[in-house]
Amino acid sequence: MSETITIDGKEIPFKAGQTIIEAATAAGVYIPHLCHKPGYKPHGSCKLCTVNVNGRRCSACTFPAATGQAILNKTQELEDNRRKITQMLFVEGNHFCPSCEKTGNCQLQGVAYYLAMKDNHFPHFFANRELDASHPDLLIDHNRCIFCNLCVRASQEKDGKNVFAISGRGINKRLIINSKTGLLKDSDIEVNDCAVQVCPTGAILEKRKGYSTPIGQRIYDTQQIDQVSLTQETVYE
Amino acid sequence: MYENLETAKSPEKLKRVVVDPVSRVEGHGKVTLLLDENNKVKQARLHIVEFRGFERFIQGRPYWELPVLVQRLCGICPVSHHLAAAKAIDQLVGVDPENLPPAADKLRRLLHFGQVLQSHALHFFHLSSPDLLFGFESEISQRNIIAVLNEYPDIGLQGVKLRKYGQEVIRRVSGKRIHGTGAIAGGMNKSLTKSERDYLQKDIKQIIAWAQGSVALIKKVHCSNLPYYDDFATIPSNYLGLVKENGALEFYHGGIRAKDAKGKIIMDQIDYCNYNDYIHEEVRSWTYMKFPYLTALGKEEGWYRVGPLARLNNCDFIDTPLAEQARVEFKQQGNGVMVHSTLAFHWARLIEVLHCAESIESLLNDADIMSSDLVTQGEKRFEGVGVIEAPRGTLFHHYEVDENDIVTKANLIVSTTSNNRGMNESVRQVAAEYLSGQELTEPLLNNLEVAIRAYDPCLSCATHAVGKMPLQLELVDAEGQIIDKLIKHNDGQIERNL
Repeated sequence: MSETITIDGKEIPFKAGQTIIEAATAAGVYIPHLCHKPGYKPHGSCKLCTVNVNGRRCSACTFPAATGQAILNKTQELEDNRRKITQMLFVEGNHFCPSCEKTGNCQLQGVAYYLAMKDNHFPHFFANRELDASHPDLLIDHNRCIFCNLCVRASQEKDGKNVFAISGRGINKRLIINSKTGLLKDSDIEVNDCAVQVCPTGAILEKRKGYSTPIGQRIYDTQQIDQVSLTQETVYE
Repeated sequence: MYENLETAKSPEKLKRVVVDPVSRVEGHGKVTLLLDENNKVKQARLHIVEFRGFERFIQGRPYWELPVLVQRLCGICPVSHHLAAAKAIDQLVGVDPENLPPAADKLRRLLHFGQVLQSHALHFFHLSSPDLLFGFESEISQRNIIAVLNEYPDIGLQGVKLRKYGQEVIRRVSGKRIHGTGAIAGGMNKSLTKSERDYLQKDIKQIIAWAQGSVALIKKVHCSNLPYYDDFATIPSNYLGLVKENGALEFYHGGIRAKDAKGKIIMDQIDYCNYNDYIHEEVRSWTYMKFPYLTALGKEEGWYRVGPLARLNNCDFIDTPLAEQARVEFKQQGNGVMVHSTLAFHWARLIEVLHCAESIESLLNDADIMSSDLVTQGEKRFEGVGVIEAPRGTLFHHYEVDENDIVTKANLIVSTTSNNRGMNESVRQVAAEYLSGQELTEPLLNNLEVAIRAYDPCLSCATHAVGKMPLQLELVDAEGQIIDKLIKHNDGQIERNL
């Protein structure tokens, strides 16, 4: 008989070594997340996947599943907190969904819809961030970076490179490029690198491809992010 | 004709009357009148007092964002900006209009016809029909679409459904009724499926019939008040717009033609990429909107009008039979040469609705709109110009990009800008002929608005919709004392307040 945890009262089996989010996803339970991606080392930075484990708050993407855990996931309080976190991400950068080419394919937007985020709520920071279009095939719009660290991990773990790093702390945090000039064109990044494809928002983009997918055929046009996550993120490398 | 009313000789001695805001493109405008002691109008100006800044904040963005970003200029005719920008960025990827895949060209035209149809229907039925059906100085409670639906339910409903059909065309081609995607550099991102084509085909006969009915309606309204309609806000002017190579009415792509007030061609089949050689813009200190003029004729003589009236005056014929028949009847108003009546904008607009409906039917029968050959590419360029005939007139988009694909410079001449002088002239004519020497009343306010509204300035819908355009009219004496003040509130209530 396999070991189990409960999430919102539902009994869920897990395998030794699985995190809570891995066990939940395998059992068809969605826990909102942005910095987590199956097959990548857990990072635990976005805090969106925070759940209540036996009365304590933990990041589901880093916390191991263990027998006897009674986990609360879809509670009003947790969903409210997740919405606030998402709103803070929106006001910290410059996320203009109406004209952004990632609209419909953007996880940040998908999570915002899932959490019924109706407005930004918090005062906008109006951050003054750069756009690096120096690379012939790629660009980085720092306005849309949410510091999920996925590109950093992808470059190191999947591409065998070291193109990105997160520098600074708090409000001064920023994504930096490992090149002499600090520009993308002087790095060894290539268009097919996982670091390019993994970006959950419109921060790292392949040039000249925007809007080529018609409305109605984009990832989140027909399915909410929970359904997409459960059908596409169940395979762990 | 009324140029002497642009700047009064001794303004400090005159009473000042302000209409602020009035409906217009992309935000706020106001009308100021300066009156002497007998309430005779000595100065009349339409000021555009809002600054948008789109040309600045699209600098620094990648060029492929342009069609989707700049369409946010407008919620009424976003497709026009979408397509003008798309035509400009086609050139950035080395694609000239004649090299666009036929499917993409036809899908863009279909999208544009849907757009012109819905925009014109919105303007005529929702915004202007209350003035035209009930009278310019009718009860304020009547001057809205709800009253039209109550008094003339068939007409009102047809207007709503005509607009809806145009929006459905837009939705099928671009994914959304407002602010969709669709056009991308060098083509389109989707074609129509058979079911989408069938969906649009099923109602098109009815749409054509309603469009015919609306042309008959405006003709009747116009002709039953002929002397008044021919005079009100009317000014002879030059006209500018695109026409096909054979001189036919054209909305999507053609050469620039301009005619003078007598119908003589000033220039013809000009490549719009060289628009800077033919059109300059003058800045005047009292308004944020520039005054474009034909360089060859100079600032004073070179101003021109654009939009439906200009297009029907400029073209030699319309290449759809029902609209062509309507055009011939329309042109009889100007003895077959030029029609200068500002209120004839409405009539011209509805003939264009009919042309759109007929053209949509023709395109829906064309198999190319379901083709998958949608995009092409050429060699990169650093400058692109896109010009189309938007519902309100000729629309210019001009961009420059750097080697990293980033926009470095942008210039947009929107249709209403071209009509700036025309609207000012019409305001002056109405002020001089219909207001001068009279006591201020709310219906007088509406006369000014009717003149401006005939041009269909862009944001008129947002402020005028359902009679909710707030207005403030002040009468100030020579010492600067306010001696009379009328306020129209959002709910349509009029208050006289000192």
